[in-house]
Amino acid sequence: MRTSPTLRRLVPVVAVGALVLAACGSDDDSDASSSTDAPSGSVSGTAPADDACGNTIDDGVLTIATGEPAFYPWVIDDAPETGEGFEAAVAYAVAAEMGYDADSVVWVRTTFDEAIQPGPKNFDMNLQQYSITEERRENVDFSLPYFTSNQAIVALDGSPAEGATTVADLVDVKFGAQVGTTSLDFINDVIQPNQEPFVYDDNVGAKAALEANQIDAAVFDLPTALYVSGVEIEGSSVVGQFPADAGGTTDQFGIVLEKDNPLTACVDEAITTLTDNGELDAITQEWLADFTGAPVITVE
Amino acid sequence: MTDRPTRRELYERARRRRSNVVATVSTIVVVTALVVLIPRSPGWGRVRQAFFDGDVFRESFPGLLQAFWLDVQILLWSTPLILVVSLVVALARNTRSAALFPLRAAAVIYTDVLRGIPVILLVFLIGFGVPALGLSREWANPLIWGTVTLVLSYSAYTAEIIRAGIESVHESQRAAARSLGMTSRQTMTTVVLPQAFRNIVPPLMNTFVSLQKDVALVSLIGPVEILRQAGIDKAKYANFTPYVAASIIFLALTIPFTRLADWALARQRRRTGATTIG
Repeated sequence: MRTSPTLRRLVPVVAVGALVLAACGSDDDSDASSSTDAPSGSVSGTAPADDACGNTIDDGVLTIATGEPAFYPWVIDDAPETGEGFEAAVAYAVAAEMGYDADSVVWVRTTFDEAIQPGPKNFDMNLQQYSITEERRENVDFSLPYFTSNQAIVALDGSPAEGATTVADLVDVKFGAQVGTTSLDFINDVIQPNQEPFVYDDNVGAKAALEANQIDAAVFDLPTALYVSGVEIEGSSVVGQFPADAGGTTDQFGIVLEKDNPLTACVDEAITTLTDNGELDAITQEWLADFTGAPVITVE
Repeated sequence: MTDRPTRRELYERARRRRSNVVATVSTIVVVTALVVLIPRSPGWGRVRQAFFDGDVFRESFPGLLQAFWLDVQILLWSTPLILVVSLVVALARNTRSAALFPLRAAAVIYTDVLRGIPVILLVFLIGFGVPALGLSREWANPLIWGTVTLVLSYSAYTAEIIRAGIESVHESQRAAARSLGMTSRQTMTTVVLPQAFRNIVPPLMNTFVSLQKDVALVSLIGPVEILRQAGIDKAKYANFTPYVAASIIFLALTIPFTRLADWALARQRRRTGATTIG
């Protein structure tokens, strides 16, 4: 009897499949453990503060990453090197505590993906409103929080979201949010609307969707919401904000560092100092004082 | 007739056996090299952690599969629309009457412009732009305008494939049909198009495989389909494993179709008498 040509052509394929399976089966954790070695950063001769703080990718220089573009009011005019804007100011204050003066700070731009991708990083620390979550902590280091944000709702005039005082008033609203933000989790977990929310790459997409009448309202962190409604979307307003601990979750922003970076302890120390001596409060007042006013929506 | 194989058959069988052995050995060598070498690269631990995290895979997979259903739905309702629109455009381009010149020109402009703009830009332009003209909520639905975008863009490509198919039918077929007294329309529907479609099955299937993936672009204007869900999960876990999971789900759909397309192509080669030179 002849075997069919198709069957015979399958022989190599089956052999490969068996090999791949065997390879997967023999995997153990020995590979993964080698990856947790600390990066071989050199200890700088001009090490500021202490050894941990000198452990940067470029000797004597602290490389800080932010978004491209960086948005108001976190960074004014997309120019972090001026130190203007809340996150730019926080970055310089943290750097100073770590022993890097303004001249020793270098800025780079990254996306979220670049911040979490494996391999060597081109930054020491990265801040662009990254919410601290336990899941993310498995893959990146977070500093202590430098800001606690409320979630807030932006809607055009006449939206069904207008006048909401409790979450129950919002269940029939069609929501939109930005991908990768805790705002999306907040919609799904706390508001739990009847219609599935739409998701956009950035707040520009959410804005376009509001104007295209595809969503009733969008959820952002409060400073972004106030900026978006005040400057970017004509005829919109912040119809409400939620208390910081709404739904049992607190949205806190932390600085992202490479997983198991020894620098994290040093950044934490700096943030603790800035929190204790009131400087962080002063920076928050200076840059975000205008970004707190909005009616409060309760979560029962 | 005898059951004993001829010398020629014996020889061919030996040759086949030999090439099978060579194929198997070379495949094993290549795969072993990959399986052994990649994990030995210095960054493998990190790559494995970032792209092949078993826990993240298990947690994101069901949600991704559910989101993929939306991709399949968009695919199912776009495909027939694309075939209809592209056929109309191709036929418009193939008209020969002098009076129909504006129709031909319109078809040329349509295919040139729509093929020239990246689908991703069209999704934004049409998906956000048209509803912003002041449509009601149900008509502003991004699923409608996302589908319209895919249909417009893919129809331009498909129209060109169909036109090539029509032109691949020899002019003598047309001449013969007309000389039998068939009208121009009868010639097209009963003589030219049936032959044309047989010739273009492989490229059409190729385009269909491409469409299966481009459906994900609709997520840019809001709907949460598999690519968006993978992005959400990626941000949630700060890990790229959901992208790998999504790729596997895509492959489960695209591989059977690429195999089918290959089979159609091979069948056509046999049918048209083209031989395979080893």
